[in-house]
Amino acid sequence: MKLSILTLAVTLTAGAAMAGPVAPADVAYTEDGAVEASLSGMAGNVENGSKVMTTKSLGNCVACHQISALSHAPFHGTVGPSLDGVADRWTEAELRGILTNSKLTYEGTVMPAYYVVDGFTRPGNGYTGKAAEGPLDPLLSAQQIEDVIAFLATLKE
Amino acid sequence: MKFKAMTAIAALAVSMPALAFADADDDTLVVNGEIEMITKAAAPAHLADTLDEVISGWHMRSDETQIMQADDFDNPGMIFVEQAMDDWNTVNGEKGKSCASCHGDVEESMTGVRAVYPKWNDSKETVYTMEMQINDCLTDGMGAEAWKKSGAKMARMEALISVQSRGMPMNVAIDGPAEATWELGKELYYTRTGQLDLSCASCHEENYGNHIRSDHLSQGQTNGFPVYRLKNAKLTTAHGRFKGCVRDTRAETYKPGSDEFIALELYVASRGNGLSVEAPSVRN
Ligand code: HEC
Ligand code: HEC
Repeated sequence: MKLSILTLAVTLTAGAAMAGPVAPADVAYTEDGAVEASLSGMAGNVENGSKVMTTKSLGNCVACHQISALSHAPFHGTVGPSLDGVADRWTEAELRGILTNSKLTYEGTVMPAYYVVDGFTRPGNGYTGKAAEGPLDPLLSAQQIEDVIAFLATLKE
Repeated sequence: MKFKAMTAIAALAVSMPALAFADADDDTLVVNGEIEMITKAAAPAHLADTLDEVISGWHMRSDETQIMQADDFDNPGMIFVEQAMDDWNTVNGEKGKSCASCHGDVEESMTGVRAVYPKWNDSKETVYTMEMQINDCLTDGMGAEAWKKSGAKMARMEALISVQSRGMPMNVAIDGPAEATWELGKELYYTRTGQLDLSCASCHEENYGNHIRSDHLSQGQTNGFPVYRLKNAKLTTAHGRFKGCVRDTRAETYKPGSDEFIALELYVASRGNGLSVEAPSVRN
């Protein structure tokens, strides 16, 4: 127990020294809702990105979007537009903005904001239906978002 | 009860178009070959700015699920209706009465009741759901214990009472003394909740006809409740369904029987005014 807490503390300090993930409240948005800098300070991993997008407990992007490159995952939804060719339509910074807080790009959208932790009505404790205990974690971590962006950047027509 | 062996006729009544559109299909629902269901209707006046047509959730289900609802022998929800018939006739509580002691034959006395609930209760000066009325009958009328809100006994009694109105159009009153509750329900319907920040309208008004994963989104109408869900082989009440939907927005839900869900039940029911009472419908 003690040892692992110590290890964690050391890792966190080391991370901070390397200017690690920007906190949700500190994300710098452009006027149009784009985010220029990597949230984690690191590049994303394409393969992890596709995993995050198809995993129900993570991004679950396929619940709403069709993506031909992810056709191995079953049941793509139709609530959002197809993401094929999305990298031709948006820059990386714009894609990062859509993921981080979709509402700044699309007012009133039903797409969840994946890196926002406050301003919600009756936030729950995950999918338990109970009230949240303490501060919320973002739906995806900074690195997971970078991974998804790396994957989206491959979607060119 | 009118359990009729008309499976073949009922099967014919459900016409199966070859095209599977994302939107509501064009099938028609005739139960037991005799009860013609209004599953699409012109939207009630209060929805004029929002929807042209109101559509039963039956249209969004697969042909296999749809057809189960066309005949009482194939509808697994009818088993619970039969059990509730026993409850109806069973003496319960200190006063030595059953439901039948006061209301006689359920097929006669309960016709039309489901179509107008929730409704304003003059003596209690509040909007009453059928569940609240049933629990009043149990405690005040019979001297018995109230049943658990949205519990199995309650759901099946609501189903039995609803069956007596099958085919009749939903017609809940939203004006007069019920208006404040209706307004609260409307506010809740459009309030985005949880970390996913979605309201009832996000899914059931803006996106009905679309798929979320494998789920074909309906208008979230309540005319079929309580519904039999194949997923857990039980009846689900409207409040039970609301709770699941709110939970799925990563929100803290309201409780079945809460003032919020009573108001939401009235409001959602009013969005289905004009659609036939279908309960117990079959859903996945
Ligand atoms: C609940 C539904 C929903 C989920 C879940 C969702 N989105 Fe979206 N998304 C939308 C909608 C709807 C739009 C279109 C914006 C609008 O009109 O509101 C959109 C737009 C987008 C766009 C711009 C598309 C274009 O063609 O211009 C991108 C990129 C995107 N989403 C990526 C994602 C990714 C990546 C995820 C998961 C990490 C995700 N979305 C999860 C509903 C969703
Ligand atoms: C994240 C999307 C989502 C949200 C938000 C949502 N629902 Fe649903 N709801 C569903 C899905 C999926 C189903 C199952 C398929 C269907 O019937 O639409 C469903 C089903 C229902 C049904 C059953 C309809 C039938 O015919 O069986 C009702 C009633 C309902 N919802 C009401 C509500 C209400 C009221 C709210 C808000 C408190 C709400 N829903 C919010 C996704 C949602």
